Amino acid sequence: MHHVLVDRWSRGASPLHALDPRAKILSLAVFLIVLATTSANAVVPLTIDAALLLAGILIAGLPPGTLLIRAMAVLPFSLTFGLISWLAGDSLRAIGLIEKSYLSSVAVLLVVSTTPLPRLLGGLESLGAPRLLVLVAQFLYRYLFVISEQAQHMRLAAASRQGIPGAHRRSRFRAAAGALAVLFAHSYYRAEGINRAMLARGFSGKFPLLKPLRLKFADGLFLLAMAVFLVLVRVQ
Amino acid sequence: MTPLIEVRDLSFQYEDGARALDGVSFTLLPGETVAVLGANGSGKTTFVLHLNGTLRGEGNIQVCGTPLTKETLPLVRSKIGMVFQDSDEQLFMPTVLEDVAFGPLNMGLTQTEAIAKAKSALEKVGMSHALDKAPYHLSAGEKRRAALAGVLSMDPDILVLDEPNTFLDPPGLRNLLHLLKELPQAKLIITHNTHFALAVATRAVFFEKGKLVADGGVAEIMERFDWTYAPADDLRYSAQRRF
Amino acid sequence: MHIPDNFLSTPVWVALDAISIPAAGLMVRRAGRDVEDTRIPLMGVMGAFVFAAQMINFPVGLGTSGHLVGGALLACTLGAAPAALVMTAIIAIQAFVFQDGGVLALGANVFNMAIAGVLAGYLPFQIWGAGRWRKQAIFVGAFLSVLVSASLALSELLISGIAMPQPVLLLSMGLFAISALIEGAITVSVVGAIEKLNPGFVRKAEASNGRTLAMLSGAAVVLGVAGFVLASSAPDGIQKLALQLGLTTKSSFHGPFADYAVGYFDSPWLRRATAGLAGLLVIYGICAAVGKMIARQRSA
Repeated sequence: MHHVLVDRWSRGASPLHALDPRAKILSLAVFLIVLATTSANAVVPLTIDAALLLAGILIAGLPPGTLLIRAMAVLPFSLTFGLISWLAGDSLRAIGLIEKSYLSSVAVLLVVSTTPLPRLLGGLESLGAPRLLVLVAQFLYRYLFVISEQAQHMRLAAASRQGIPGAHRRSRFRAAAGALAVLFAHSYYRAEGINRAMLARGFSGKFPLLKPLRLKFADGLFLLAMAVFLVLVRVQ
Repeated sequence: MTPLIEVRDLSFQYEDGARALDGVSFTLLPGETVAVLGANGSGKTTFVLHLNGTLRGEGNIQVCGTPLTKETLPLVRSKIGMVFQDSDEQLFMPTVLEDVAFGPLNMGLTQTEAIAKAKSALEKVGMSHALDKAPYHLSAGEKRRAALAGVLSMDPDILVLDEPNTFLDPPGLRNLLHLLKELPQAKLIITHNTHFALAVATRAVFFEKGKLVADGGVAEIMERFDWTYAPADDLRYSAQRRF
Repeated sequence: MHIPDNFLSTPVWVALDAISIPAAGLMVRRAGRDVEDTRIPLMGVMGAFVFAAQMINFPVGLGTSGHLVGGALLACTLGAAPAALVMTAIIAIQAFVFQDGGVLALGANVFNMAIAGVLAGYLPFQIWGAGRWRKQAIFVGAFLSVLVSASLALSELLISGIAMPQPVLLLSMGLFAISALIEGAITVSVVGAIEKLNPGFVRKAEASNGRTLAMLSGAAVVLGVAGFVLASSAPDGIQKLALQLGLTTKSSFHGPFADYAVGYFDSPWLRRATAGLAGLLVIYGICAAVGKMIARQRSA
């Protein structure tokens, strides 16, 4: 599953992995904004942006082929609209849609593949994201793997009990609903168990979060370099 | 010796009226390891959940001389470290280190102190290599040890473990056994595993239908309640009873 | 329905980011008011549940299957504000971890699905959820939550200048309506099954949740419906308006389909339908092929 692979990639060790998540988030923001405002026929800036991403992938020690293919998830959507735009005569926008949305997808995947998600969330929180939202996302991610596996097992169990395909569609529908209800109940009771464990260890009402480390000189330098470079490329 | 835990006449009823505990009295002395035995549904887990105030019933509970009330809950919870059956529910923070530091942080320690306590606890259970790992990457045995570290980091006087042997293979079980024997805290261990109980406990109590019906040596109780502990292939006992 | 980056024009995504931040902040504050930190594990776990639930297939005929989106289900079980909070977390994780939806477009996607969609899903339940029409209320709520999010997304794309000839538009609206119906059916079915396990799992619909929420829900529905109507009736009109307001860059609509689109209203129905159908088949073919390739890669 996709998130399992990305999670594995994110726990690597490379200069990019070692950067503070805030530096990466802000650089990503600059990159995306610059890309969004770059015209679709500005070939040189776009090529430089693409080369920058490729360099990032290589420095991070990530497999370029796999990563670039995984980023293609956005393509069905953009190719469809690209085709429509092309046929409606707006060929510039068509190309722009396809190439820029793909580059954005690669950029985001690169950042997430070099930063474990909880650290990314921590970075977002120190940049101003609401604490409650960050904590909910953190718990979501923590239990995403466990509950997805449970759902996977249920799917297999149901498939192995499948009779003639297409027969009794309504009962299969209801069986799926029943499976979801069971998954819901499991999840609910799991949350109760978590609460019990929290209380047993002295939880008093507010989650104690470990404060993030201070930004190092290298992080600030990276961010500055990125921002300046990208803006220069754009303005050219 | 002042008992670490003193329970007098504890009773508890579920909302639907079912009596889960009926007049249970129990004492735990320093240095003891007590196995909590009994069939499923006999009240073992319900009993143990009263000790740290998760459930509240009628009766008297004193932990380390402090009566258990709403106000004394934080203090009591720092004295009793509870390891639940499902390690996934217990390890809810993104990394092992953050999880083990959760208890100390809640107790009011500073970040540096909490991290230090966490690292020392992880070392005690042999999990120092897993500081930055995410819980879902750990094996069942590692999760169990990390959960144990999570309560050890709070320096409790008493350890309560609910079926710690589940999901562990024999080597994992051996590791756990050695670890528990090295820990100085008094322990209360719920378990179905007879070998484990015999190896780790000095004393046992037996629950039946919410009542604490026996209190004595492990082997003696297991022989007395033969029905519960006869091996699976013992043909004297049919499979009548519900399971 | 998750809009990727570089689809929306700059004024549109910036505006939506600007709207979403206080809107999401409002939802977060409301959710935090009703529940303390002890509810965080439940909300997080429920978010993971929705993710996992999207893996379960519901057969809907013709060899296709649908899956749960989940906004209305969350609203019925957690309440509107917590549901919006959880959906926001889900959308954020989808954008970052799965690249499903853009990062700059987060404001738009959160507004469409986590705020408008959840509120629209909760409104019928709030009004009729207590009486005889409970099942229908849940169905309508789920139906609206999908339809409203989808219409808003479509309108945002149109305002950004994405070309959409009539047949594509009609097909999209048709697909959205079908997904909305599927969501309704699945949600009713699942809520019923959940209730059988434990009636306490599903909220009792109370009108006491405040007039603010009801007003916001009403606004969400109106917005969604307006978007639907606008999008299906006057796509060219929207684009002209957008051009005038400077919301999109000038582009010349030349090309084979352009004349087709202009002479559209004079053509007899059959010619229209065949041409439209041919275009749709091409698009469907491409989507299916690329989609299968990606899916195979991702489930590896």
